This record gives sequence, structure tokens and C-alpha cells, in this order.
Amino acid sequence: MRILNLLKIAFKAIVLNKMRTLLTMLGIIIGVASVIAMLAIGEGSKASIRETISAMGSNMVTVRPGADDRGPARGSGGDVQTLIYKDYEKIKEEVSLINYITPVVNGGGQVINGSNNWPSTIYGVNPDYLNIKVVGLQSGSMFTDAEVQSASKVVLLGQTVVDNVFPDEEPVGKMIRFNNIPFKVIGVLEEKGENTFGQDQDDVVIAPYTTVQKRILAIDYLNQIMASAVSEDDASEVVEQVTEILRSQHKLLDSEDDDFTVRSMEELISTFSSTSEMLTILLVAVASISLLIGGIGIMNIMYVSVKERTKEIGLRMAVGGKGSDILMQFLIEAILISITGGLLGVLLGLTATVFIENFLHWPTSVALYSIIVSFAVCAITGIFFGWYPAKKAAALDPITALRYE
Amino acid sequence: MSKEIIKIENLKREFTMGSETVHALKGISFTIHEGEFVTIMGSSGSGKSTMLNILGCLDQPSSGTYEIDGVRVKDLNRNQLANIRNEKIGFIFQSYNLLARTSAIENVELPLLYNSKVSTEERRRRAIEALKMVGLGERLHHTPSQLSGGQQQRVAIARSLVNKPVLILADEATGNLDTRTSYEIMSLFQELNSKGITIAFVTHEPDIAVFSNRTVILKDGNIIQDKINSNIQSAAQQLANLPKEDH
Ligand SMILES: Nc1ncnc2c1ncn2[C@@H]1O[C@H](COP(=O)(O)OP(=O)(O)OP(=O)(O)O)[C@@H](O)[C@H]1O
Ligand SMILES: [Mg+2]
Repeated sequence: MRILNLLKIAFKAIVLNKMRTLLTMLGIIIGVASVIAMLAIGEGSKASIRETISAMGSNMVTVRPGADDRGPARGSGGDVQTLIYKDYEKIKEEVSLINYITPVVNGGGQVINGSNNWPSTIYGVNPDYLNIKVVGLQSGSMFTDAEVQSASKVVLLGQTVVDNVFPDEEPVGKMIRFNNIPFKVIGVLEEKGENTFGQDQDDVVIAPYTTVQKRILAIDYLNQIMASAVSEDDASEVVEQVTEILRSQHKLLDSEDDDFTVRSMEELISTFSSTSEMLTILLVAVASISLLIGGIGIMNIMYVSVKERTKEIGLRMAVGGKGSDILMQFLIEAILISITGGLLGVLLGLTATVFIENFLHWPTSVALYSIIVSFAVCAITGIFFGWYPAKKAAALDPITALRYE
Repeated sequence: MSKEIIKIENLKREFTMGSETVHALKGISFTIHEGEFVTIMGSSGSGKSTMLNILGCLDQPSSGTYEIDGVRVKDLNRNQLANIRNEKIGFIFQSYNLLARTSAIENVELPLLYNSKVSTEERRRRAIEALKMVGLGERLHHTPSQLSGGQQQRVAIARSLVNKPVLILADEATGNLDTRTSYEIMSLFQELNSKGITIAFVTHEPDIAVFSNRTVILKDGNIIQDKINSNIQSAAQQLANLPKEDH
């Protein structure tokens, strides 16, 4: 009964002060919405980076010839020939935590089918490659170990190559020429699209490494060794073991630096995670600032508008409203305004996120915590600063409140 | 003698403004009995409003005692004071104090909103009744800005009547009314008074004082005269004697 009357009073006051209500709500709406949208962008790009990296093979360990090029300049590792097939065999033999391993040789060249030609890169590998890169086949099949042994002239094509040299044909079973050497197409790789760094992962040609080594590049060393650890956690152990094996294989003295570089995807992930972690921290900082500014805005308008109504509070007390009645009225008002504003803010934030995703094509991911935190902060600020000045006014003698200018 | 509804003793009210102290009431004492109709007069700044605010439990005296209906106001807590204001007192402010952008009827309903014993229907009915009593039956839904000064004053009077108070405290309730309307209001007050409601009525006009049974005159925060009026005029009578308005 009493609470019903107070609800009625609060509701009337809200309707009576449309502009004030609107402005207060606007502060809350924008505060909440901007935080949600901003964090959705941050979380989205973080998730997309993670996805790209794990699509590259999350357990992957790579060995390249030449010293670590992240260190001080030491000359490019490009034509260093320190990695050989024997290294591959030794690693395969001795490292138990690896489930797939392949030698890699690669080189550029033209893919030609009749009048269509397309510059691409050929990767010479063994059948383990698909498992290491976590890539499937759209059609056809992978070459076999026997075909590797015999250095067969068979290839698998990435979708970009297919699009360019087989615009309207089914490629499997057809012949192409790579640097004028004829190959039979036996399969098409699953489409992977661009990675976050903008590289086209489908612009590849895959062939047995023996074929590429002998018939295309005419080399006997390897450009790379790729392996996949049994699990993500084993990757660093694998890196250590491989390093040890290669150092002894290459007969390096303790004083000498490695003449090869072993890296796990794990490392790469942590590099990028820390980048995106930075991004998130930055976004959280920006979001916190906008939340703070939003909060101050809400605080101001609530405080001023309640203060302005000191006279009204005085009158309500003069005709018999108790302090608790007045407080309850203002609390209900503040709650109604804050909650409604907060909900509208969440709605606007989600709408903005959908808009960003669909029209700007930025990856987004709405984080539940951003909704909860921004809603809570704005609602609590609104409620507190709607209640606090009312509490102060209600503690005055009615006549003092009535005299307030 | 009937019971004492208001009893003040050596009441003082000081206002401190920085280093300066204004002595608005310098120790006044008097008693109003139930059923009295007292006019309080005095020049501007003599302390009439200050005293009335204290009588209405809207303000606290600096010193002295105030007993309302036998209870010392100092002993009451804020909620009890609110209840007294809500159920026993009808207060008419010198400056009306109506809620802006709020219709006459809702302004008049306000005291009843804080009284949970009154239902919505009764609240509305009593508000309409009070507005009709002050001659504003046709202006129920007008907001203060759509009413004349005198009409606003009458809304404020209606608001003071709506809770059926036992004590009406009016601060220049007819200050903005023409002679005819103020006689109408005075006859309404006389009628209420005849039903036993005690009235303290602040005014500047001596011809209003003739409708009361007692006149208290303040000067510079002191009572300089407290006189029983043996020759009470009837406002209804005076109203009838007024020359007919020609339109
Ligand atoms: N809140 C206040 N602060 C300071 N001084 C005050 C305050 N209220 C009243 N006064 C002073 O107290 C004195 C009495 O004021 P009060 O309002 O009671 O006069 P009044 O008799 O009602 O006059 P009027 O007929 O003009 O309404 C005045 O000198 C006024 O300046
Ligand atoms: Mg006055």
C-alpha cells in the first residue's frame, strides 16, 4: 500500500521530468554501450588471432637453418645449407614426443595449365605434412610414402592456384606444369583463407619433397623441418631435444652458437597472445576511462537534478512525507532510470557490435563480463547519486529544504 | 476551559548568518485553546512566518518549549513530527509551494499520498471536495502555471484542508485575493472553525482580523498585544452586504 503509493509518486516524478530522465538515461546508455562494443572488438581480435595461429598447427615445431634471426643481425638464413636429410632422420628416430615430422623444401615458380599460368610456391614434403598443418583435402588424395620414395611427379593444389589455373575445370586427374616440369594433380587442399597477417594460405602447391629436391630445385639440403609434438605442452620439451640432437649432429662446440633455429608454435602463440594481451589492456583502459567519464556524467546529472528538487523534498516533508518515504521515492526513481538506461545501453552495445561485425567486418566477441561490469558500474553510480543528495535533503528541517534556492 | 492545543513558552528563534545573528523571535509565550480562531498580525519582518513555521513543526525553536496537544515537540522524533504534519495540521504557505507541472488535483492529493489509510478513490474524492470548497471545481486539471496567483493560493488552501486537520496554520492565506474572494475564504474558515477546527491566521489586513475571536500582534520578535475580540463579524454576512458585482 505504502510502497504502491511511493511507486506512483516516483513514476509521476519521472514522467514529470522527461528531459532530466532522458539525459540521465543517455549518460548511462552511452557509458554501457561504448564499453560493451569496445571490449567486443578487443576480445574479437584476440580470438581471431588465436584461431589463426592454432589453424596453422598449434603443436607445430619448426627447424630452420641459420641462427635465430630474432637476435642481433647475423646475415640472412635464406641460403644457409646447414640442415640436411640426416638431421631429419635423426630427429625422427630419437625424439619420442613427436607424432608427425616432415622435411620441407620449397621454391617459387609458375604453375601452368594450357594458357593459364599463376606464380606460386611449391612445398616438397611427406604425407605427414597434412597432419602437421591440420589441413584436409577437398578432393583427391594425398601422395603415398611409395610416391615419395619414387619421387613421383604428383601435386596437390591450394584453392587459389585452382581458381587461377583451373577456372572452370575439376583439377584432379589433370596435368599441370610447374617450371615446365609436368605434374599430375592428385588432390585439392581444403580452403583456409587468409590468416590474420594477410597471407593467403591457399596459394600453395604440395609435392613429395624428393621430387621437389631433385627435379625442381636440384638441391640436397632442406629448407626446413616441420614436426608436430604429441601435445601442446610437449612442444617446449621437443624444442629442447631437437636442439640437443642438432647441436651434436652439427658437431657444435659449447662456445659456438646454434647454426639452426628451432621454434614452437607455442612460442609464436605467446608472442601474439602478449600482443593481443596488450591490446586488451589498452582497450580495458580506454573502456575504464569511458566508464569513468560516463559515471561522472551520471553522477553529475543525478546529483544536480536531485539537488534541484530540494524544495520539492521540503514540501513533501511539510505535508507529512517521512524521511524514509522521500528516500524511497528517490531510490525508486534512480533505480528505474538506471536499470532502464542500463538495459537500453546493453541493447545498444549489442546492436553496435552486430553492426561492426556485419558492416565493418571486424571480428567481435561480446564478453559477458563487459556487460556485467559496465551495467553494474553505471547502475550503481546512478542509484547512489540519485539516493545520496536525497538523503542529505531529507535530513533537513522541512523549512530549510523549502528555502533552498 | 477547553484544552490547550498550542502552548509556547519563552520561544526564541535565532538565525546565524556568518558572524551576524538575527533574533527573529525574542522569547514569546502564549496559548491557543482548541476551537479558537486567532489572527496574528504585525509589520513585515516582525517574525510571524518564523513563529508559524515552528507551530507547524516545520522548524525547530532555538530555545523555549512548544507543546502541541499536550506533547512536547522536542520529545518527538522526525517520523512522529511527519505524522503530526500529515494528520493534524493543515499548513498554508505564504509562497504557496505548489509542485510545478502538477495539476491542481494532484497538488491537493499530495498529503493523502503519505497517508496509507486513505484509498486512491477516497483521496481523489476528498481532493475534488476540497477544491470545490475553495471555488476551484472547474480548475481540477490546471497546473500552477495555468492558474492565477489567487487561484494558486486557493489550491494551497485546498491542500491544507484535504487531510481534515484539527489545526490550520495559514500564512497570509488571503494576501493575493480580492475582497470578495477573501471574504469567501474567511467564511469557509469560520465555518470550519465552528466545527471545532483551531485556526491561526497570519494577516496584514485589520478588516480580516474582525472575523477572528482573538488578535495577537507581533513586533520585532515580541508580542506587543494579545486581545480577545468580543465583536466577531460573520464573513458570510459581510459577503452578502458587499455591493453586487456588475459584469
Ligand atoms: N532563514 C532565515 N535566515 C535568516 N534570517 C531569517 C530567516 N528567516 C527569517 N529571517 C529573519 O527573521 C525575521 C522575521 O522573518 P519572518 O519571515 O518571520 O517575518 P514576517 O513577519 O513573516 O514578515 P512578512 O510579513 O514580510 O512575511 C526577518 O528579519 C528575517 O530577515
Ligand atoms: Mg511572513
